[in-house]
Amino acid sequence: MTRVLDAAGIAKALAAMADAIAGRAEDGPWAIVGIRRGGEHLARRLTELLRAKVGRDKVVLGFVDITLYRDDGFGPNDWPEIGATDILFAPRDYTVVLVDDVLYTGRTVRSALDVMLDYGRPRAVRLAVLVDRGLRELPISADFVGHRMTTTANERVDVRLTESGAADDAVEVSERVHKKGGRA
Amino acid sequence: MIAGKHLLGMRGMSASTIHHILDAAEGFRGISRRTIKKVPSLRGRTVLSVFYEASTRTRVSFELATKRLSADSVNIASSGSSAEKGETLLDTAKNLDAMQCDAIILRHSASGAPHYIADRVAARVINAGDGQHEHPTQSLLDLLTMRQCFGKLEGLEVAICGDIAHSRVARSNLIALKEVGARVRVAGPRTLVPAELAETYGCEVLPSIAQAVDGAHVVMALRLQKERMTAGLLPSLREYAIEFGINARVLARARPEAILMHPGPVNRGVELSSDVVDGPRSVILDQVENGVAVRAAVLYLVLGGEAA
Repeated sequence: MTRVLDAAGIAKALAAMADAIAGRAEDGPWAIVGIRRGGEHLARRLTELLRAKVGRDKVVLGFVDITLYRDDGFGPNDWPEIGATDILFAPRDYTVVLVDDVLYTGRTVRSALDVMLDYGRPRAVRLAVLVDRGLRELPISADFVGHRMTTTANERVDVRLTESGAADDAVEVSERVHKKGGRA
Repeated sequence: MIAGKHLLGMRGMSASTIHHILDAAEGFRGISRRTIKKVPSLRGRTVLSVFYEASTRTRVSFELATKRLSADSVNIASSGSSAEKGETLLDTAKNLDAMQCDAIILRHSASGAPHYIADRVAARVINAGDGQHEHPTQSLLDLLTMRQCFGKLEGLEVAICGDIAHSRVARSNLIALKEVGARVRVAGPRTLVPAELAETYGCEVLPSIAQAVDGAHVVMALRLQKERMTAGLLPSLREYAIEFGINARVLARARPEAILMHPGPVNRGVELSSDVVDGPRSVILDQVENGVAVRAAVLYLVLGGEAA
């Protein structure tokens, strides 16, 4: 297991992302939308950082759950967990910034776009990810990236945050343990 | 896990499976309240509803659930279908199966009809009520409603009142409530409460409605099934209403936070007085709303397990 970002590295990456988002002033006001569950806490953090720069009233927060929009159903041993989607603003008034922890195949983002569009027509949609690990299977790219790295399909990238019970914020890469019935 | 399987009844379903289905149903409740009430999970699947008995709630909520999952639905009622010309249920099912449908939702007056079909077709079979046997999705939506009101199912005292003998809702609930650790008391006319009930289902049979309702969290009234009853089980509807009907006075014996449930359709003034149907404890319309979510969850879990 290799640690590629520690708590300070994550904080720095998020601050830079917030800077870049605020830098596109013509985008505002913004709706920061976390993709459940990996992007949830990052979206909260980004929202606070962005609000500090552009003002509280310029940024709203929302969440999407993509379980019912996946293109691969669920595995034979999984109980799918259907989370709540909370879009409590009118998308047409905002530039939506989708937030996820790791950008990999791009399929999650495709699903999240579909959820978002079922709630309305945002002025624009951008994508912010803490880690872009490459290996895309769909033509999708991020507008704001905290950390870019190359990986192989045999590796897994974990973003651990204190909000989800981790002792310390960290991004770690490890060899994938093959599990029968598990999903990529 | 019920992926790739049929849903025939509550018998044999574990408490953890029940809670997983209810969790999934909670996830579907939000979709009903959106502007675009649709998710793409079952796009391209075909669901056939075969209703050989009258139904409003179950049929409509299955159809809404199917549409909200983006599957295509086709409805067949016995009148207007080849059943009127004498086609057997099995022949009908095999013909529908040949049209490559993914699921058959069946309501039939014969107990065991869905089980019989399930062994003989490729499609998944979902029981929407079979004779006097089971009505699993009704039981699941009842459990969901109870869990929402009390935050748990374990330890709840549930009074099931009325026509137990003819009720598939009662049967499914007796099985499921025992599995999740609730305690059930039943009461009704002797002619409508089977003698072996306590022994078979581990419930308590009480001599009067008032005693069953006493201190209950949940008071569940059943519809007096007039169409299933041949004469002789009851002297008159009026007498039934007086002896076994639930009104505000009876309901006051339940816990202060108690809820009143009914699977519908209600015979107003028979098993329930109108004031309690529309009263503050009634969750009858919450049950209906939950019905769509539960049926969506069941369809999703039964059909959504493979890659589209």
